[in-house]
Amino acid sequence: MVLKVFFPSCCSSADSGILIGRWISEQNSAVILAVVHFPFIPVQVKQYLGEVQRVTKVSVSVLGSWSNSKQEKEESLSEFLEDLGTIFCHEPWIQISKEGDSKFWSCSTLQKHSKNPQEEEIILVYYDQHKVMLSHLHPPLDTAGQRAEDASKLSAIFDTVARSRVLFMTDRYDEGPIKLTHWQSDGVEASIIVELMKQASVPACMLLTFLLSLLSGICRSRVLKFWPLSFLWSKLSTCEQLGHRLQHLQIISSNKKAQNQNQLMRKANIFVSLLIDVALGILLMSWLYRKNRIGHLADTLIPVADHVAEELQDLLQWLMGAPAGLKMNRALDQVLGRFFLYHIHLWISYIHLLSPFIEMILWYVGLSACLGLTVALCILSDIIALLTFHIYCFYVYGARLYCLKIYGLSSLWRLFRGKKWNVLRQRVDSCSYDLDQLFIGTLLFTILLFLLPTTALYYLVFTLLRLLVVIVQGLIHLLVDMIDSLPLYSLILRLCRSYRLAAGVKFRVLEQQDGKPLRLLMQINPLSYGGVVQTYRLPTYSCYPRDSWASLCKKLFLGELIYPWKHKGEKQN
Amino acid sequence: MAEERRFRSASGAPIALRRRQHSASCRELAVRGPRLQLRSLSAATSAVWLAAYGLFALSENSMVLSAAIFITLIGLIIYLHFVKIDQESLLVIGSLGIQVTSSYASGKESTTFIEMGQVKDVVINEAIHMQKVIYYLCILLQDPDDPQGVSEVVPLFQSSKPRLDCLIEVYKSCQEILGQRKTAPQSS
Repeated sequence: MVLKVFFPSCCSSADSGILIGRWISEQNSAVILAVVHFPFIPVQVKQYLGEVQRVTKVSVSVLGSWSNSKQEKEESLSEFLEDLGTIFCHEPWIQISKEGDSKFWSCSTLQKHSKNPQEEEIILVYYDQHKVMLSHLHPPLDTAGQRAEDASKLSAIFDTVARSRVLFMTDRYDEGPIKLTHWQSDGVEASIIVELMKQASVPACMLLTFLLSLLSGICRSRVLKFWPLSFLWSKLSTCEQLGHRLQHLQIISSNKKAQNQNQLMRKANIFVSLLIDVALGILLMSWLYRKNRIGHLADTLIPVADHVAEELQDLLQWLMGAPAGLKMNRALDQVLGRFFLYHIHLWISYIHLLSPFIEMILWYVGLSACLGLTVALCILSDIIALLTFHIYCFYVYGARLYCLKIYGLSSLWRLFRGKKWNVLRQRVDSCSYDLDQLFIGTLLFTILLFLLPTTALYYLVFTLLRLLVVIVQGLIHLLVDMIDSLPLYSLILRLCRSYRLAAGVKFRVLEQQDGKPLRLLMQINPLSYGGVVQTYRLPTYSCYPRDSWASLCKKLFLGELIYPWKHKGEKQN
Repeated sequence: MAEERRFRSASGAPIALRRRQHSASCRELAVRGPRLQLRSLSAATSAVWLAAYGLFALSENSMVLSAAIFITLIGLIIYLHFVKIDQESLLVIGSLGIQVTSSYASGKESTTFIEMGQVKDVVINEAIHMQKVIYYLCILLQDPDDPQGVSEVVPLFQSSKPRLDCLIEVYKSCQEILGQRKTAPQSS
């Protein structure tokens, strides 16, 4: 069987000594973690390894010997190293030796109790210890949890290096009986900024938790739960977004440490996302309030609303005439047209009533953009909803009328054919009607049928307008969702420290020499950007069009009211 | 040691297969497709610029010309970085796994490593593509729940599409190494 030795590239220039690491017998591979230098006392080495094993739960042991001779090969040293094999008995005892500056090392094994005495092939795999220690392996998404143990042999290696962190804490300036060489042996690395932030985060979290508890207490108070106010809160998307952000803040400010990698990344993603959101919001606010742009916006709001109302009036006049050459029923046409025109007249009066206060309201509402860009976008969506409220009303009237007509027509059509809808059995049954029932039914059917084109046209026009507004609002919500759920910290990590998010490994074959073992370089294969977004996406509160295209078309045809963008947690009707 | 032989792809383009044996249990097989030709590049660029000049003559808007240059540059970069595959290689390391690498014309390399425990076998399959029957080499992945089952099929050399003679060479090389893992004694 082939023996695989994973050797850290930082130990290539280390002085002679013995190799310590973990032996994985199922895969016939040895993961070397560090080199212990002479002089050492074997008892102390064994004690030290026992302690490390207890703390890290990784079975670290002495695996072999390493000799780095700068001059000619010393015979006495090689015998000494073989004798060490008897002191630290390990099966098989690996001997690696490097001569001068040669790239090609010789590697051999000593097997005392071997069943098959043939020479086995040795593969030497170099790995970057620092990167492998910090890296997190992402298994492909379709592997289930229970398969994880036997699935990846590489994850055993990553696991071994990651859990042996305490072994890398002693550097060569420590006064101890054991002298090690590993990636940190030139001095333990730490960052002042990270340590300061860790110290500062504890009181900051406590303050934030206190403020949030006050805020959620106010939100939950009985005053805000009365019927008109609670209805208003549920309809405004700004309140949903603010509630969502409050939840995020609660996640960040909790004092429980993150259990595993996923939770840590989630907290970091939420933190960075909030930070960027607020920064963009403040940028937007400073742009709006400079040169009094918000005043200009308020001044143009009323003329725009007037313009929309005038366009609607023109549209209704066109429908009341002969729209697209179609002939309408004059009486019904006039009734519906006048009804809707009166509504528009009322709407324009209300807007003109509000016009002196608009600038002040907008000025104060614009201040809330500092809470985040997403909040500003939600406010925009709500303003559009409020300004086009009359279109919504017209759509509801037109839809209800059309719906009533369609149901009436279908029921009377069944009567026309002598059938009836059986509510008990939920099916169509034949029925014998009296003559007067048939007479009235047929008359009503004819009336409804000939009035259908007029109602259908009004319904069509107002549904198209409503769909236009819904599409605009939907696009804004899509943008808000995208900003909410994008894992920015993970993407920045993938850009700057791509070895931390690993999809797998890749091997590169280095220069070979006959008679020497095969030399490979193991590098980390980073996760693709699409994979990063898919793995670390933050959950959002809205779910995308809950109706499929077919059911949407069916609802439009029957005249049922459509609400294509629904939020999770709302009752399904 | 390395050796190179010329073959043809399924569409008739000339390709080259290079075999290197690094050690008794490690082999690298690389299939190199035809490089980007200067005349096809010039033809595409000239066509785009002629169309842009025609539009400019019609509309008298100089933005059309700058837009055409921009589109050509961006299109070329996207083609070289994401579409044009120069070389596809297979590195088989007995007892470690199989590594599949695609190198793009811009120098980007996309690599996938499949561990030996997951590899069931390497086979040549037939596929019906439009009106032709083509052969392709693929790796069968083991289904962990079912020892006889196959969980996934990973096709190899998808952009260079070598013909059967080239595939047989690659197949033989792979099977020599895969056969070693069955004859090697299992360690307890």
